[in-house]
Amino acid sequence: MSNRLINVLVPLISIILGLLVGAVVMLVSGYDPVAGYIALWNGIFGDSYAIGETIRQISPYILAGLAVAFAFRTGLFNIGVEGQLIVGWFAAAYVGMAFELPKIIHLPLALLAAAAAGALWGLIPGLLKATLKVHEVIVTIMMNYIALHLVNALIKVVAKGGFKTDKIQDTASLRSDFLSELTDFSTLHYGIFVALFMVFIMWFILERMKLGYELKSVGFNENAAQYAGMSVKKNIVMAMVISGAFAGLGGAMEALGTFGNMSTRAGFTGIGFDGIAVALLGANTPLGVVFGASLFGSLKYGANNMPNAANIPIEIVSIVIALIIFFVACGYIIRVGLQRIGKNKEAK
Amino acid sequence: MSGFLDILYFIVPISIAYAAPLIFTAIGGVFSERSGVINIGLEGLMVMGAFVGIVFNLFFVDTFGAWTPWVSILAAMLVSAIFSLMHAVASISFRADQVVSGVAINLLGIAIALFSVKMIYGKGQTDFIQEKIPRFNIPFLQDIPVLGPMFFKSVYGSSILAVAIAILAWFIIFKTPFGLRLRSVGEHPMAADTMGIKVNRIRYIAVIISGGLAGMGGAVYAQTMTNDFGHATINGQGFMALAAMIFGKWHPIGAMGAALFFGFAQALAISSSGIPFMQNIPSVFLYILPYALTIIALAGFIGKASGPKALGDPYIKGSR
Repeated sequence: MSNRLINVLVPLISIILGLLVGAVVMLVSGYDPVAGYIALWNGIFGDSYAIGETIRQISPYILAGLAVAFAFRTGLFNIGVEGQLIVGWFAAAYVGMAFELPKIIHLPLALLAAAAAGALWGLIPGLLKATLKVHEVIVTIMMNYIALHLVNALIKVVAKGGFKTDKIQDTASLRSDFLSELTDFSTLHYGIFVALFMVFIMWFILERMKLGYELKSVGFNENAAQYAGMSVKKNIVMAMVISGAFAGLGGAMEALGTFGNMSTRAGFTGIGFDGIAVALLGANTPLGVVFGASLFGSLKYGANNMPNAANIPIEIVSIVIALIIFFVACGYIIRVGLQRIGKNKEAK
Repeated sequence: MSGFLDILYFIVPISIAYAAPLIFTAIGGVFSERSGVINIGLEGLMVMGAFVGIVFNLFFVDTFGAWTPWVSILAAMLVSAIFSLMHAVASISFRADQVVSGVAINLLGIAIALFSVKMIYGKGQTDFIQEKIPRFNIPFLQDIPVLGPMFFKSVYGSSILAVAIAILAWFIIFKTPFGLRLRSVGEHPMAADTMGIKVNRIRYIAVIISGGLAGMGGAVYAQTMTNDFGHATINGQGFMALAAMIFGKWHPIGAMGAALFFGFAQALAISSSGIPFMQNIPSVFLYILPYALTIIALAGFIGKASGPKALGDPYIKGSR
C-alpha cells in the first residue's frame, strides 16, 4: 500500500470508527442510532435552509483549523486558538459597532481588527517561546482563560453594565441578502468567501513564499534551519502571529456575520478546540482543513436536529468528534494495521 | 489590625476549600508527568469525577446516608481511573501524540457527562445533592489563637484528605522503590529498561493513578462548591491544576503549595467585594490572576528548570 493512500485512509478510518463507536454509545444508552444518524443527515442536508446554515457554521471552523494547522507546520501546538478567536470576535464586534464609515473601509477595518487582536494574542506565547523557551501549550491554555475573562469584562464596559454589545453597523456586516434568500432565509453570509480566501493565503504563504519555506524548515528541523542561516526565533514568532490572525478572523465570522454582536460567555465557544480536530483530520494542509472543517461544521450544525427528530441529546455529536480526534491521535496503530494488511495481500 | 484578621478568618477557609480539589488533581498530574506522560486530560478526568460524584450521590443517598459523599468520591475515583485508561492506551501503547490525546479526553469527558445528564434528568444539569461533604472542627488545634480559627475550624473533611494525600504522594514518589522507578522511567526510560524496570507498566500505573486522583478532585469540587453538575461545573479547574503542578515544579508538596495559592486567588476573586480595600479593584484582574501568574512564573523564575526529561516521548524499545 502506498504511503499516500495510507495518509488518506487514516483519517477516513478514524471518522468511520468515531461514527461507529458513537452508534454503539447510542445503542447502549437506549437510543436508535439509525434514526439518530438520519436526523443528523437531515439536519445537515435536509433542505436549502439547513445547507445554508451548515455552510455558515463551516466558515469559522475553516479559520480555526487553518490557525492550528499553520502553527503545526512550524512545529508549534497552538491550543490558544479558542482565546484568539474570542478576542478577535470582540475586536470585530467593537469596531463594527463603534465607528461610522463607508462599507468599503468599515468591513475590511473590522476584519483587520479581529485579525490584529488574534495576532496579538498569538504574539505573546510566540515571544515567550522564542526568547525564553516557555512551552507554548501551557501559555496558550492560560491565554485562553485570560481572553475569556478579559473580554467578558470589556463587554460589560462597552455595554455600560449590560451583557452584550450593541449590534454592529450595517456597513461592517458580512450579511448577504442574496445568499440568505438563496438558502431559504438562513443566516449564511459572505464569511465563507473570507475563509476560503484565507485557505488560499495559507497555501500561498507555505508553498510560494520564502517565509513559508523558512517556517516549514523550522518545523521540520530547528537545528538544520538555524544552520542554514534562518532565524528560528523570528519564525516561531511569525508562525504564532499568523496563526493567531487566522483565529481572530474566525471570531470575526461570528461577530460580523452570524451574531452581529457579542455576549458575555460562561465558557468557551469550543470552535478553537474543534479546530485542533479539523487540522489533524486535514493533515495540516490548507485543502485538508477545508475537508475537516466541512465535516465538523456539518456535524455540529446537523446535531441541532437530533433532539427534535430522534430525541437524542445533542452532545452525542461532541462525543463522536472527541472520538474522531482520539482515533486520529492513535493514527500510528491504524497505520501499522494498514501496512500489515497491505503486506499480507502482497504475500498472497 | 483586627479588621485585617477578620478578613483572613473569612478568606483563608474559602481558599482552602477551593484549593482541595486542585491539590488532588495536581498531584494526579505529578504522578503522570513524573512517569513521562503528559496529561492535559486532567480537565476531562475532573469533569468525569464531578459528574459521577454528583450522580452517585443523588442515586445512593438513601443507602449510604451520611457516608454518601465519601462513597461518591470513591466511585468517582474508580470511574475516572478507568476513563484515564483511554489516555494510557493511546499515549503509551499506541504512541499517540499525548497532548492531542489529552485534548480528546477533555472533549470526551464533558461530552459524555452532559450526554448522560440529559439522558438521566432530561435537562442540562442535575438536581442538587442533599448530603454534602461534612465540615469538621479539629480538636485541640482549633484552640490555637489566630491560626486555629483560620485553618482548623469547620474545615471540609476533603481538605484534610487532600493534605494527607499530598504528604502520602511525596512519600511514595521520593521514599519508596516504586517512586524511584516512576521517576527513572520519566527521566531516562532506556536506562530504566536496562535495569529491568517495566517502563510501560509503570507508566500505565502512573496514568491510572492520575485519573483516580483527578476524579477525586472533580467529585470534591462538585460536592463542596456547586452541589450539582452542569456544563460549567468544572470550567477550567483541571487546567488550573495543571498549572499548579508546573508551578510546583512537578513536586507533590510544591503542587500543594501552588494549589493553595490558586485557591487563594479564586477566593479573592469571589469575595473581593466584601473586603474594604479591595472593592475598587475590578474583579477581572483577580479572575485572570492565577493564569497570568502561571505565565509569569514560567517565563521568570521557573524557566528551564523544567519537567521530567522524557516527558511526552513514548518509549520504543530498542530505539535511541
